[in-house]
Amino acid sequence: MKITTKFWIGLSALVVLSPLGLLLPEHFKAGSAWGEWGVDEIRELVGYIPKGLGKLSTFWSAPIPDYAFKGWEGKPIVVLSFAYILSAVIGILLCVGVVLILGKFLSRKD
Amino acid sequence: MHIPDGYLGPATCGFFYLIMFPIWTAASRIVKKTFNARQVPLLAIGAAFSFVIMMLNVPIPGGTTGHAVGGVLVAILLGPWAACIAITVALVIQALLFGDGGITAIGANCFNMAFVLPFAGYYIYKAVSWNTPVNSSRKIFAAGLAGYIGINLAAFLAGVEFGLQPLLHHTASGQVLYCPYGLNVAVPVMLGEHLLIFGWVEAIVTALVIKYLQKNSPELLTQEGLNL
Repeated sequence: MKITTKFWIGLSALVVLSPLGLLLPEHFKAGSAWGEWGVDEIRELVGYIPKGLGKLSTFWSAPIPDYAFKGWEGKPIVVLSFAYILSAVIGILLCVGVVLILGKFLSRKD
Repeated sequence: MHIPDGYLGPATCGFFYLIMFPIWTAASRIVKKTFNARQVPLLAIGAAFSFVIMMLNVPIPGGTTGHAVGGVLVAILLGPWAACIAITVALVIQALLFGDGGITAIGANCFNMAFVLPFAGYYIYKAVSWNTPVNSSRKIFAAGLAGYIGINLAAFLAGVEFGLQPLLHHTASGQVLYCPYGLNVAVPVMLGEHLLIFGWVEAIVTALVIKYLQKNSPELLTQEGLNL
């Protein structure tokens, strides 16, 4: 088997395992990554929302925020795991697509 | 380690975009010279690998979460310049589509994770595994060490970037405008959690894949994998 094929198999395994990145923190009651809190968490931590932070935090509204579909907040963890896997697939397809297009320009033809 | 929008002030955001533009330009030039069209799929796999490994959050029970970046492994296999491009693609997609890391902080996040991490990791790996045969166990050790130091340097820099904000931006009455924590908190926390936990994930992933490739595809470890 070609090594690239093995790499793709490995990647698929990581996609299937990806919900662990959601389930393990939930199980061990770990919160956000340090420095990646939402504005509500910041208010709790600091007592107020720093002005610039409040303004800039709404600078961009991502279509699939935190690898979950909009309006799915509070759904059961199984459903969120499904969204997580789907996000991983979408993300990987986009990475591959973008690099293949970039690669047209960033490679020798020989 | 994905700094969100709002934690870094405009000066810091602009500064890191300015640093990254020439690096991205150089990376494009060098990859264009060294890669041929058949090797592009490997670059795509590198970007996809980094993307998905960053989704695997590891918890500190009752505390925070973190993850590996996979960037040192990509750098060892494809070279640091190609790794810079692969990780940048992953980080930009994470920011734009998934809100993981800010748009305004793409320069800073790429500096930490797509520049310092792969370059430091690559040269540490090269130095420690210098002149060793392809199946030597020192290569595995070098890969683990490179992963550990690479991600910790990136975490340290993220801590410095966070921690400078209260010094750079505050109101006359002393209220902070962006990241509320100074260097005395941000640096020890960011570095500490990566030294203790997340750094080991990067180290183990990097070392295990190199060990696997020694057995299954040693040719990838001889010429930076560029002669497939």
